[in-house]
Amino acid sequence: MEHLELFFKSVFVDNMVFAYFLGMCSYLAVSKKVSTAVGLGAAVIFVLTVTVPLNWLLDQYILREGALVWLGEGYADYDLSFLSFILFIATIATMVQLVEIIVEKFSPSLYNSLGIFLPLIAVNCAILGGSLFMQSRDIESFSLALNYGFSSGIGWFLAIVAIAAIREKIRYSNVPPPLRGLGITFIITGLMAIGFMSFGGMLTGGDEPVEVSEVKTADVENNSEVNKENTALTEVVEVSENTPQ
Amino acid sequence: MGLLSKKDSKLILDPLADNNPITIQVLGICSALAITAQLKPSIVMAISVVFVLGVGNVVISLMRNIIPSKIRIIVQLIVVATLVIMVDQVLKAFAYELSKELSVFIGLIITNCIIMGRFEAFALGNGPWRSFLDGIGNAAGYGIILIIVGFFRELLGSGTLFGFKVLGDPVEKSGLYAIGYENNGFMVLPPMALIVVGIIIWVQRSKNKALIEEN
Repeated sequence: MEHLELFFKSVFVDNMVFAYFLGMCSYLAVSKKVSTAVGLGAAVIFVLTVTVPLNWLLDQYILREGALVWLGEGYADYDLSFLSFILFIATIATMVQLVEIIVEKFSPSLYNSLGIFLPLIAVNCAILGGSLFMQSRDIESFSLALNYGFSSGIGWFLAIVAIAAIREKIRYSNVPPPLRGLGITFIITGLMAIGFMSFGGMLTGGDEPVEVSEVKTADVENNSEVNKENTALTEVVEVSENTPQ
Repeated sequence: MGLLSKKDSKLILDPLADNNPITIQVLGICSALAITAQLKPSIVMAISVVFVLGVGNVVISLMRNIIPSKIRIIVQLIVVATLVIMVDQVLKAFAYELSKELSVFIGLIITNCIIMGRFEAFALGNGPWRSFLDGIGNAAGYGIILIIVGFFRELLGSGTLFGFKVLGDPVEKSGLYAIGYENNGFMVLPPMALIVVGIIIWVQRSKNKALIEEN
């Protein structure tokens, strides 16, 4: 059950693009055609699925405080977590190089259409973000880490394919010139993000406060103003959810 | 700007408006949206990126003739990662609560496309002084957008700036709240950041017709 919950949470509630804005640069740049978007999305799913568990292993056995105990008792108080950034990015860069070699061999047309964006997956914030979130949320087991990597990838894939499809359609719409291209994409993504917020109550059964406001109240601890605003919002939600009963 | 030549001062001034990394070059979007719910993290993030990009550009420029082309991405990543680790440790030491708020986004400066983008586009082919100016200019352009978005989101979303209540007290109903004004709680939530940046792009391109995209 834990796995299923993590899966749905990572795809919809904690969506890499709509909740955390990771991977926006390639999201905006590659979303002009659905076919390239699908290719890039698939590559991101693969890289995330491979790198998050690998980095989990690194974190568990090398980086954490006390992780080096398997080398000997004297290493128990070594805390190498400050090296996380370098080690994570090294695994990611290596994996991306591997993916590039595989794609070039098995699908040269995809390789050519993706162009520079395939090696740029290495600096896609979504990939490093996946590993960093895995670390900061203390994911407990290898299979959960694998689940998290895969489902985050699916969430990102969903987002880029959706915006590519919408951008293909609005080419025939009457967008004001200053908004054409980049501006309207930002606004549409904002509206999609608002839509995805509706998933916030999905896993909590509707009896508890909306997930999103909890995230925000945690972030803005010093600001009682925001707390007031969000408790007001959650009260409205609770009232409206309780009335049918 | 008196002591810089015309070409050099262009390096700093261009990215502030006409070649802005966020609105024109479409780089560095991720962190611009995620941490701008308040003004203070926006300013800290802007300063961190100025440091990383300025110093990083100089380092890469100094090494540009000895980096083998095949591994240059890895070398760039190592330089950035080291600088970001320094920023992260300094923040953890001197501003702990702020580093908790910024959490993973300090680490994500490593993958901030502006930094790698400027390394590739400028530092690898120019001398240290000009690379430094280019780095500072682009980071300043990024910082300006961050500060504008953070300013509006905090002002309209919580009625405060930097934590100070500027529109009055909503509990006591003083100031602007006395006439019925309410904070727009939505502004604090992630999607509004996207819409605010969209509006900034709209304003910028309306003023400078040359930037409008042809379909």
